[in-house]
Amino acid sequence: MAEIQENSDSGKRGKQKKFNVRVDFTPMVDMNMLLITFFMLCTTMSKPQTMEIAMPRKDVIDDDMTLVKESNAVTILLGKDDKIYYYLGRLQEADYENPEKLQEANFSGDENSIRALLLGRNREVVQQIKDLKIRKENLEIADSTYKKEVTEVKKNKDAPRVSIKASDFSNYKNLIDALDEMHICNIGVYSIEDITAGDLRLLENLTGGGYEKQTETEVKQ
Amino acid sequence: MSNKIKKKSTFIDMTAMSDVTVLLLTFFMLTSTFVQKEPVQVNPPQSVSEIKIPETNIVSVLIEPNGKVFMSLDKQPDRRNVLQKMGEFYKIEFTNEELKKFELLPSFGVPIRGMKEFLALSTEEQDRMILNYGIPCDSLNNEFKEWMRNSKIVNKDLSIAIKADHATPYPLIRDIMNTLQDLRENRYNLITSLKDMPEI
Repeated sequence: MAEIQENSDSGKRGKQKKFNVRVDFTPMVDMNMLLITFFMLCTTMSKPQTMEIAMPRKDVIDDDMTLVKESNAVTILLGKDDKIYYYLGRLQEADYENPEKLQEANFSGDENSIRALLLGRNREVVQQIKDLKIRKENLEIADSTYKKEVTEVKKNKDAPRVSIKASDFSNYKNLIDALDEMHICNIGVYSIEDITAGDLRLLENLTGGGYEKQTETEVKQ
Repeated sequence: MSNKIKKKSTFIDMTAMSDVTVLLLTFFMLTSTFVQKEPVQVNPPQSVSEIKIPETNIVSVLIEPNGKVFMSLDKQPDRRNVLQKMGEFYKIEFTNEELKKFELLPSFGVPIRGMKEFLALSTEEQDRMILNYGIPCDSLNNEFKEWMRNSKIVNKDLSIAIKADHATPYPLIRDIMNTLQDLRENRYNLITSLKDMPEI
C-alpha cells in the first residue's frame, strides 16, 4: 500500500526525480486492533482469590474441640434453603425438648445475624485487632508485627470456638459464607465437622423440614 | 474550470495511531496470563479472603453443580507422568502418542477405562464428550483419589485448589474433602471471587 507519488515538476530532465514516500498504515492499525481485542478477551487481569483451609488429620483425634469450655462453644448448622441455625454450648438430652436451644440466624449482618452474635461474643478480640489495625495504618507497627500480634490476639482463651456443621441440604456457597463470617469476626479457632444425629434431630424439631431423612439414610449405610 | 471543487487529499496519517496500538498490544501481551480452558463454566462463591492463588504448581479440582469432577495440572511434564503412573496402577498401557495428546489437554475428567478412546477423539469431540463424564469419585471406584495421589507423587510441591460452583450441594464437597483427608492432604485452597470486607 505504499504510495509513491511523483512530484509534479517532471519536465526537468537530468535531475533526479524526487519521490514522496508515504506508507499507508491503516491495515497495520486494523491488524493491531484485532490483536488487541484478542488479547483483551483472552486474558485474566486478576488472579482468583482463594481461601486457605487446613483440615485436621483423620487418624489424629483432635481433642482440642472437646476441651473447649462449654460457654465458648458455638455450633453453626447449615440447613435447607440457605438457612442457618446455631446453638451455644453442648447438646444434652434435655435440649431436644427445649425449643430455645436452636436459633435461626442469617448471613446479612443485622441484629439477628450470625455476625452480630459472633462479634458480640468475640468483642475483646475484635477490639484489640481494630486497635492494631489503626496502629498499622499510622505506621506505628510493621506489617509483619501486625500479623504476629493478630495471631497472638486470636489465641484469646475466652474467644468463641465455632464448629460449622453442614447438613446434606446445604450447598457450597453456604459453607464459604460461614467460613467468611469466621474471617470477618476474627474467630481464631473454628472447624468444619460432620453433622451428628443429635444436630439433625434439633433441626427437625425446630423446622420439621425432613432433616431426619438424612439420618435414616446414613444409618442404612 | 474554476468552479470545480478543489480536490482534497483524504490521506490520513496513521503512523501515530499505529504507534498507540502497538504500545497497547505490547502491554497486553506482557501482562496477559491466558484463561485456562475449562470444560464447564463454574461460578465460585464470593468471599472476603484476599489471599491470591500461587502462580505455578497447582493441581486444581473443578466441581460442577451436578457433581462432575474434573482436574487439571498446570505443568505438561507432570500431566504425562501422572497418566503413566495411572496406567501402571490400572494396568493400562498408554502409547507415546496418547501420552503426548494427554499432555496437551488443559483439563481431564474421564474414567480411566475410557481414557484411551477419549484420547483418540478429535479436540472438538473431546470438548463435547467430556461433559458426559467426570472423574468417578464415589467410594466404590474412587479414581479421583488415585489421580490426586499420583499427582502428589509426581510433583510433591503441588498445591491443591478446589474450584466449585456456588450451587454445588454440600455432600459432593464433603466427599472430595474426605478423600483429600484420607490422602493426608490437609491444606488446600478454595477458590473464591472477591467481595468487599464489610465494616464491623
